Amino acid sequence: MKKTVLGLMVVLVLLSGVSMAQDVVLEFQQWWEPELPEGSFRAILDDFEAANPGIRVETISGPYLTTKDQIIASAATGTMADVVGLDGAWVNVLWKQGALHSLTQAMADAMYDDSELAAQIQLAGETYMIPIANFIYPVFVNLDMLGAAGIDPPSTRAEFAAAAEALTDPDNNVYGWAQPLSLEQPNGIQNDTMSWLWATGGSMLDDMGQPNLVDNMQLADTMAYIKSLHDAGVVAPGAFAMKENEKVEEFVNERVAMIINTLAHFTLIRERNPDLNFDITALPAAEGYDGPRGLPYASWGIGISAHTEHKAEAWKLIDYLTSVEGNTKLTSIANAFPGNVNATPDFIQTDQLFMTAFEIFQEGYLANEFTGLPAAEELMRQFDEPFQLYLEGDMELDEFLEIAQEEWEDIFE
Amino acid sequence: MSNGQVIAAKSANIGWEQRKRKFLPYAYLSPTLILLAVLTVVPIVTVFLYSLFDNVIVNPNPPEFVGLENYEEVLTHRKFRAAVSNTLYFALASVIVHFLIGLSFALLLNSKLLGANVKAFFRVIYILPWVFTASIIAILWRLLMNPHGVINFVLLEIGAIPELLEWLSDRKLAIHSVTFINIWSGYPFYLVSFLAGLQGIPDDLYEAGRVDGGNAWQLFWHITLPQLRPIIISLALLDFIWTIHQFTLVWMTTGGGRNTEVLSTYTYKAAFSSYEYSEASATAMVILAICTLVAIFYVRSQRMTDE
Repeated sequence: MKKTVLGLMVVLVLLSGVSMAQDVVLEFQQWWEPELPEGSFRAILDDFEAANPGIRVETISGPYLTTKDQIIASAATGTMADVVGLDGAWVNVLWKQGALHSLTQAMADAMYDDSELAAQIQLAGETYMIPIANFIYPVFVNLDMLGAAGIDPPSTRAEFAAAAEALTDPDNNVYGWAQPLSLEQPNGIQNDTMSWLWATGGSMLDDMGQPNLVDNMQLADTMAYIKSLHDAGVVAPGAFAMKENEKVEEFVNERVAMIINTLAHFTLIRERNPDLNFDITALPAAEGYDGPRGLPYASWGIGISAHTEHKAEAWKLIDYLTSVEGNTKLTSIANAFPGNVNATPDFIQTDQLFMTAFEIFQEGYLANEFTGLPAAEELMRQFDEPFQLYLEGDMELDEFLEIAQEEWEDIFE
Repeated sequence: MSNGQVIAAKSANIGWEQRKRKFLPYAYLSPTLILLAVLTVVPIVTVFLYSLFDNVIVNPNPPEFVGLENYEEVLTHRKFRAAVSNTLYFALASVIVHFLIGLSFALLLNSKLLGANVKAFFRVIYILPWVFTASIIAILWRLLMNPHGVINFVLLEIGAIPELLEWLSDRKLAIHSVTFINIWSGYPFYLVSFLAGLQGIPDDLYEAGRVDGGNAWQLFWHITLPQLRPIIISLALLDFIWTIHQFTLVWMTTGGGRNTEVLSTYTYKAAFSSYEYSEASATAMVILAICTLVAIFYVRSQRMTDE
């Protein structure tokens, strides 16, 4: 009897070993899981595993900055996880290290039709990142403050300037707009500065994807417009050291009437001030511009390690997360806009503000020229420094743009 | 066994014993030496090597030996020179004011005019800034120094300033504001050390001074300060090194912007924002050289004290 039991146990162990050996385990490093409701991301991955027997996904999750550091460090040592969550700002440095597998190749190997993908981040003509959840940055407006001043949400730059001026009341510490330009988090250059340019169909790059800051009329006009807002005193004080979270706090506390902000902060704003009566609108464009408006956005992107032995299985995971089913599930829990053009997250049908945002999303196009650029954060920082001097009146517009161009060219080299 | 064999065996044994005795201290030291090598020597040598090469860490191309080019590039860069100048101001001002405040508060707390409970209460109050971590201090002071923060409110109310001041975003004010925050966060270390030093000065010295007709200032100048001298030198040198390393406070308050770039933020940006690890390594080696110089002074002062 004892021998029989022992024999059975040995057989079971061997069988489980065989089944374990057949399973491909994918490591998936990202910062999304901690930002989603507990267990919800795992549930999506469980669905993937159920649909793809033989593939298991192990998540390596952490905060955004930790994940960034770990991915860049592991890329340098060739130990990056099989599948990685990516921010557009890191793609270039990872690509330069040869740490990312070409998704163009992966799609070709799997004979995948990419027509449903909303965007692909390409370098040297090949895709290395697919944005699967997008958080756009429209203008948030305080409806009570606008209503009291008898103003409608602005649609053009002139309307925005007029509204900001009417809403500014320095004696009561109230201002029309807030622009965070802290050098610690220089993303204010992307979200709160260049966004004005993209909303008018402008570009900071030339046709070859190189810096085009000098002799760029649209850019110069945009910078001059922003300076006019600062000169008019309608921008909340402390802009040069302000961070994104402080901008949101100013809006939540009704000290600022309008901000450019990510949709990801919807819930946060409602929780912080349930009585705040706010709406969103597309970023104002220059007078006379009636083309589609570029929408600044941040993405949860996804990519495959160049060193993984399981490229086909890794692609299956990406295929699932970008499919209508998987992408709908993910973007529904993330309150994000889909990476698949046919996916429709639940919240769009249940929340008026998200419905408005979705309309803005559909009427415009995703525009974030920093995505995929080398050392994107440093580009923002190098632009930010002379920009602050220009806003203070200590530097001329041409000089500011020439310095920024020079710094950018150094980085692009 | 012949006599000769016995003698040879004995001398071999003695030789082994002598070798063993020679080797033994190193064996005892080996855990520390290994730890030092792994945790200090290897990283320093690695960073030094990085500073002599190009294409290191995040570049698929093989590293290329460039000699001192990275140093030349760093040392001639306008922003690096500005960072050195800011760091020196930041560190020297912090050390001097830390000393003045620390000594003043220590003298107050050492006064015989105050009761034990009052002293205990103020010891807790004065030491509070030291309890907070650098990130908490940065958040706290960002809120206080916000244009709509408490500081501006109070100063406006009492008429000390005519308009809101942008403490951390004004190019002329920011470096002073950051230095002030560092002073606030660091003086308790001086306070505690000086207080311990003051309590160790024998009363006999003061009594003899009074007998000789010395007034309070003369007692302070000729007894207190000389007695505290070893502590003052040690504290000042250590504080200088620590302040040069200060990163979190500057990074979280201004991000190195508004004319507050210091060597630590400059190095961080070069490494983790520009991914220029070779340049960052060269900067790190420059900081190491400065700190080593100060450390040599520190060791010498310690030796003089011991002698």
